[in-house]
Amino acid sequence: MSPQPQAAVGRPVSRVEGRLKVTGQAKYAADQTASGTAHAAVVDSSIARGRITGLDTAAAEACPGVLRVISHRNAPTLPYLPNRGSLNLPGERLHVFQDDRVLFHGQPVAVVVATTLEAAQHAASLVHVQYTAEPSATDLTSAPADEPTTYARGDAAAALASAAVRLDLTYRLSRMHHNPMEPHAIVTRWDGAELTVWDKTQWVQSTRDELAAVFGINPASVRVISPYVGGAFGNAARCWPHATIAALAAREAGRPVKLVLTRRQLYFGVGYRPAYEYRLSIGSDLQGRLTASVHDLRSETSRYETFAERGVLVPGRMLYTTPNVTQSHRTVPLDVNTPTPMRGPGYSTAAFPIESAVDELAHELGIDPIELRRRNEPENDQASGLPFSTRRLRECYTVGAREFGWNRRNPKPRTTRDGDWLIGMGVATAVYDTLRAPAQAHVRLDARGTAVVESATSDMGPGTYTSMSQVAADALGIDVPQVTFRLGDTTLPQAPVHGGSLTMASIGSTVQDGCDRVRQQAIALAVGDERSPLYGADPAAVVVYDGRLHVKGDPARGETYRQLLTRNDRTHLEATGSYTPAQSRASMHAYGAVFAEVAVDARLGMVRVRRMLGVYDAGRIISPKLADSQAIGGMVGGIGAALMEHTVTDHRDGRIVNANLAEYLVPVNADVPALKAIYLNGRDDQADPIGVKGLGEVVLVGVAPAVANAVFHATGRRVRHLPIAPEDLL
Amino acid sequence: MYPFTFTTARDTRAALEAGRNGGRYIAGGTTLVDLMRETVERPGTLVDISPLPLRFVTVTARGGVRIGALVTMTDAAAHPAIRRLYPVVSAALELSASAQLRNMATIGGNIMQRTRCTYFRDVTAACNKRDPGSGCAAIGGFNRTHAILGTSDACVATHPSDLAVALTALDAKVRLAGSSGTRSVAIADFLLLPGATPDREQALRPGELITAVDIPAHPRPLRSGYLKVRDRQSYEFALAAAAVALHSSGGVIRTAKVAAGGVGTVPWRLSAVERHLIGRRPSTRLWSSAAELAAEGAKPLTHNRFKIELLQRTVERELRIVGGTA
Repeated sequence: MSPQPQAAVGRPVSRVEGRLKVTGQAKYAADQTASGTAHAAVVDSSIARGRITGLDTAAAEACPGVLRVISHRNAPTLPYLPNRGSLNLPGERLHVFQDDRVLFHGQPVAVVVATTLEAAQHAASLVHVQYTAEPSATDLTSAPADEPTTYARGDAAAALASAAVRLDLTYRLSRMHHNPMEPHAIVTRWDGAELTVWDKTQWVQSTRDELAAVFGINPASVRVISPYVGGAFGNAARCWPHATIAALAAREAGRPVKLVLTRRQLYFGVGYRPAYEYRLSIGSDLQGRLTASVHDLRSETSRYETFAERGVLVPGRMLYTTPNVTQSHRTVPLDVNTPTPMRGPGYSTAAFPIESAVDELAHELGIDPIELRRRNEPENDQASGLPFSTRRLRECYTVGAREFGWNRRNPKPRTTRDGDWLIGMGVATAVYDTLRAPAQAHVRLDARGTAVVESATSDMGPGTYTSMSQVAADALGIDVPQVTFRLGDTTLPQAPVHGGSLTMASIGSTVQDGCDRVRQQAIALAVGDERSPLYGADPAAVVVYDGRLHVKGDPARGETYRQLLTRNDRTHLEATGSYTPAQSRASMHAYGAVFAEVAVDARLGMVRVRRMLGVYDAGRIISPKLADSQAIGGMVGGIGAALMEHTVTDHRDGRIVNANLAEYLVPVNADVPALKAIYLNGRDDQADPIGVKGLGEVVLVGVAPAVANAVFHATGRRVRHLPIAPEDLL
Repeated sequence: MYPFTFTTARDTRAALEAGRNGGRYIAGGTTLVDLMRETVERPGTLVDISPLPLRFVTVTARGGVRIGALVTMTDAAAHPAIRRLYPVVSAALELSASAQLRNMATIGGNIMQRTRCTYFRDVTAACNKRDPGSGCAAIGGFNRTHAILGTSDACVATHPSDLAVALTALDAKVRLAGSSGTRSVAIADFLLLPGATPDREQALRPGELITAVDIPAHPRPLRSGYLKVRDRQSYEFALAAAAVALHSSGGVIRTAKVAAGGVGTVPWRLSAVERHLIGRRPSTRLWSSAAELAAEGAKPLTHNRFKIELLQRTVERELRIVGGTA
């Protein structure tokens, strides 16, 4: 098969659905209105642990427009069948309105269904709940922990004891919330035993399977539709309790129900990035070569589910050459709701302690931080023993150092000033594994030369619609506007969760496969058709460009899809593409080197990021404009993690103190300076057929430690917790 | 949100009558509507005063300024006379909120805005300001952003306004209309310390309406400015802020007006700093020694001890910026 010309892939295409979004025509979950839809408002618990002893709904029920008030007092028993899918965790998911137990502050204890949103909200505020509170624990540092997950190679204790240099450090990371612009929203409608759901989700199949299990119905009876998602960052991958509430409310009220969580409810109604305490000891020789590292982690989870974050132990095992490593990760069950992956999950958590400690070691030894990293660059994956598919970190450092002007950095901290401001530069490494999962896509090319490509994936913001259209356009040899990509519906061919940076690799490869099949059908049709100019041509020599099949090197010999299909009385050609990841024989990761320059007011402690550069080894870049949006967004998120983001819990009663966007700070435009991304040109053919490694996660990893290392370089102060606040630098 | 009725007052007399009958005045609504959504505020009647003729800025011959209560923050900040005569006022306004909020919010509403204390804004938490007698969750809770000055056993909530800090420094007066006529109250007397009654925040009589804010004339030339230290660069309240206005003649400071924000239950006039400055010649050392007096009487809480140091340094910096180091 002759390679197709690459006309769309690699081009900075604007979002194909951009116009719909900016003109308000894209219908998000909360924009869906089934006929006769009622509105729901949830009542949350105001204690962290205990029992509901009284629940007065009289005032709420008396409000005009109120249809039902549902709580554990009157809710039907729901089957809650086991569901090992939907990203459910060890333990048992929260059951809503099934008993009087309160497991965390903000747990749903009742729902009001009313004819208008205003009536539902007001009535919800009139539900009076009495509790018997029990002592609660929400502080990670003081509660008992679960049995650890462990890892060991070599003898880290002995190697540490004999190390020429040894650092024993404790880092703390705050709980963070995803805070997408779009709140979680869902519309549910029962038609007899059939349930239709319009949901904000990164995985329609997750919502379908979970609701089917909760209500004890066949998944085939549930249809989930989610064409647009207004940001998610991981918190719309699981199906959270409010989905059950909405479906239950619709069934009880006998009409469709819309439920939109309030901004405040997003701080306990869905997941979050858990707080961590990360103790790290590293040993090295005098040349900065690491000999040992010991990682002891504690992270918060709920009492009803265990969230042990995937990936958090990986960088400690494979990022740098280290003969002796031990790791232990303990989850700490608390009276809180369950955490969930948030952008760069695990890897970005581990990057802060590891990349800070490497910076500390470099300073201790008087070695340039980049040089120290180079000295510890491994030749293979030290945890698995596998070769790397591609690992071009050295190039990332080289290109980044050159483009950022790293050589202008005076190695001595607190030496560069600009008026009242101390200036510093920092660097950190980014890494995230290349995930792939089986997927399917259906491709239909019609006689006009336009195509519809469908897969039940999602587009939470990275631009799935656009990038898949680009892949399909090149594989079919047509222009991007000729392709319609459909996603977000359980009636479409199955797709994995839209998360973990696996969408481009998995769905992209699937789309490529499906479009290749259709193109080959067309070629086969042409070369076997006596009336075709391509009759008798070698199928492997035929390519398609601009909707026209022709022999490579002989553009005159060919015809269009339209001519071919019309002549053959074919309305369309179609195929189902699929992708199943090959058994991995390599260690596959995306990498990056992140550079930050900060200014810190020497007296007032304010930190300003002045510029950032990320250089990424992420394989092939399908859509450079979307990639830049991902990289810049990742850096903005990382700046937030470094300097602002912090969910605050009042440990007296488990209350989230800053459950709104006025008090939970994320960067505003003024906090975001010139951010630049560079992608090393290349591809990773071991990763997947289209050579991509995933980008959306790795771009967050390493940002916070790069900023923290720059703050150290500026001020000489090492802050070992996030976020870094002015008072840390006074 | 609790149900309420909404009326529009076409003139001041109609507004005062509605106010006398228990109506709550609403102008830009940028604070009140938020609080109504959270059910912190539950007014039965809202009186829209936006048609009232209170959108003027007038300048007196001697350099005083009267700002109508309905002038938006955006318009007040951009007014040429205010920019020229009182840069501290323009700066305080422009460092407040966001552009969208400043376009809606009014001067009268700004000085009436309520605290950002998160326990105040969470109706399930104890708060003497919202629910007198229920206690103060902030004193033993998370209080990093709370006040270190002017606190009481009942309340430690910080006054959120930047503008009010500048107005306090400049000895501004609040003009009030009521059923028994008009009166004028110094802003320092208008905004009340919490004491045992933190629910009472302003010296307003029932039904009284703010019609204007008067900034008196000050000796010229007057240099002034506002510095705000916060967790992000825009759209955020102050951890510490300083309003400074200085008049010197013959190389000696004759008039010093200094107030602090983000640290007090009300905008905090720094009289000790002012006294220290008057009669002295500007110098780096003077700024430093004056600023040491900024946190006199401060009572830190669990999480806001840093504000003492931060306040002193903020005042010192702004004295240097406004006063120079000559």
